[in-house]
Amino acid sequence: MNTGKLTKMILVLALAASGTAQAADTAASDSDKIEQYREMISDGNPADFDEMRGEELWKKAGGPNQASLEKCDLGKGPGVVKGAYAALPRYFKDTKMVQDLESRLLTCMTTLQGIPEADITAKPFASDKKASDISSLASYVVGQSKGIKMAVSTKHPKEKEAYEIGKRIFFYRAGPYDFACSTCHATSDTRIRMQDLPNFQVKADAQAAYVSWPAYRVSQGLTRSFQWRLNDCFRQQRFPEPKFASEATVALTMYLAVSANGAEYAGPGLKR
Amino acid sequence: MNAKQLFGIAVSVCLASVTFSAQAGSKDDKKLDAKTVEIIKRDFRDKGIAKADRVNQDELQAACSKYKDELPDKLKAKLEAAQAKEIKWPADGNFMGDWKAGEKLAQSGKGMTWSDKAEDPAGGNCYNCHRLSAKEIAYGTIGPSLLNYGKKRAAKEELQRSVYGHIYNAKAYNACANMPRFGHMGILSEAQIKDLVALLLDPESPVNPK
Ligand code: HEC
Ligand code: HEC
Repeated sequence: MNTGKLTKMILVLALAASGTAQAADTAASDSDKIEQYREMISDGNPADFDEMRGEELWKKAGGPNQASLEKCDLGKGPGVVKGAYAALPRYFKDTKMVQDLESRLLTCMTTLQGIPEADITAKPFASDKKASDISSLASYVVGQSKGIKMAVSTKHPKEKEAYEIGKRIFFYRAGPYDFACSTCHATSDTRIRMQDLPNFQVKADAQAAYVSWPAYRVSQGLTRSFQWRLNDCFRQQRFPEPKFASEATVALTMYLAVSANGAEYAGPGLKR
Repeated sequence: MNAKQLFGIAVSVCLASVTFSAQAGSKDDKKLDAKTVEIIKRDFRDKGIAKADRVNQDELQAACSKYKDELPDKLKAKLEAAQAKEIKWPADGNFMGDWKAGEKLAQSGKGMTWSDKAEDPAGGNCYNCHRLSAKEIAYGTIGPSLLNYGKKRAAKEELQRSVYGHIYNAKAYNACANMPRFGHMGILSEAQIKDLVALLLDPESPVNPK
């Protein structure tokens, strides 16, 4: 990326952020606005920086073992990154688990690099305007599936089971507000304040939403992973916090990913 | 045996096998239901005011989850009656508070998330889901528009009572409604609910522009 392009991107982002703050001024929904920003910066996305950071981390020797992640098997064989994300989550023989990208990265960072799991899961998300290693790695890996059709399998009995459990979690109402994912995401053309809500029961909606994550959030100035997206929706759902890369989050991701099958992966995306 | 009888047997055999597979399916379903609950109970943890035990469902939440909000009629009626019985009506028999305080509550989307503090008062979140005052255009659409709510209706006591009841416990009127049970769950106090009733029904409220 050249400096000219970079300056333009920063300018546009400043505009975008001020626009978000005034969201209530016009009746345009947030999605309409973000569509405008997207056109303005069609030649780049600040998530590019996070992808680049992730690529460096992937290739650099790190952790107590001073190993890189280049032997990490994301399902297509050790070291194969291209197209891996479009087939995740999936069942892995070595761990005997269905894993999404972030849970698999966790496995590779602990087994190949020797980093204690707790060191990674203590702060798995970008915070205080600073990226986390695991989420930058995720940005890098997803970028290598751009343009590839989502093809998540439910052939293995464990994959099928994860899908079924994920569907149940989607409809699981609890907490002080009786909310489930379905409260906000199972009716078409609804919104919370000005934020349009995708209806995951409709294929086109589910596809558009899923393939646009992870995403750079203009309002936060950070690239956010899919585990973060789920975490923040559980917060809005008034639930307690889901453990990072837990079976519950992976099953839910499986349900959403399968709903997106057939769509071309388009992330990292850009959001308000 | 004639052709008609044969056909009858064929149909009943088919029916029997359909019933059988449905039962087998439901046995699998039950196993998956149980496993889902087990996983949910294990995979969430306390954060701030949002304690892990929030994932434990009451009878209504469990039923709505199981039936994806489409309850069989009998169960629906039973659950609604049980919710209605638990509504605590104002002891003074007065349902109307101050609509200005109600508007503030309706605007506030705060409350009950792990990023809210215990001492921060919870808001009503009403604008997150409803259109209310004509002036506020950043409104959500999960619930119906409540603009002109009091104008379209005669502001009689029976109506005040029903609005109070809706806000206190919307599930007493529709078991799997997407609206929280603000009184039942202790999110809003009796006085706050009265302020919201006034926001909807007071002729001076911006919800009922002249
Ligand atoms: C109280 C309402 C609410 C609940 C409950 C909720 N969400 Fe969301 N969700 C939102 C809002 C609002 C957005 C838009 C976010 C934004 O712009 O900040 C969103 C966005 C999303 C997105 C990204 C969509 C896109 O196109 O970018 C996904 C994926 C998602 N939610 C999944 C879920 C899942 C899975 C659950 C259940 C764990 C859930 N949500 C529960 C309100 C909710
Ligand atoms: C999560 C979304 C949500 C929130 C938050 C919410 N509501 Fe609702 N509300 C609904 C839905 C959905 C309905 C329709 C209920 C049904 O399906 O029976 C409804 C119905 C109502 C009704 C009955 C309307 C009628 O048909 O006569 C009233 C009154 C009402 N809401 C007031 C409020 C007030 C006041 C607040 C704020 C304290 C509030 N609501 C917050 C979703 C919501």
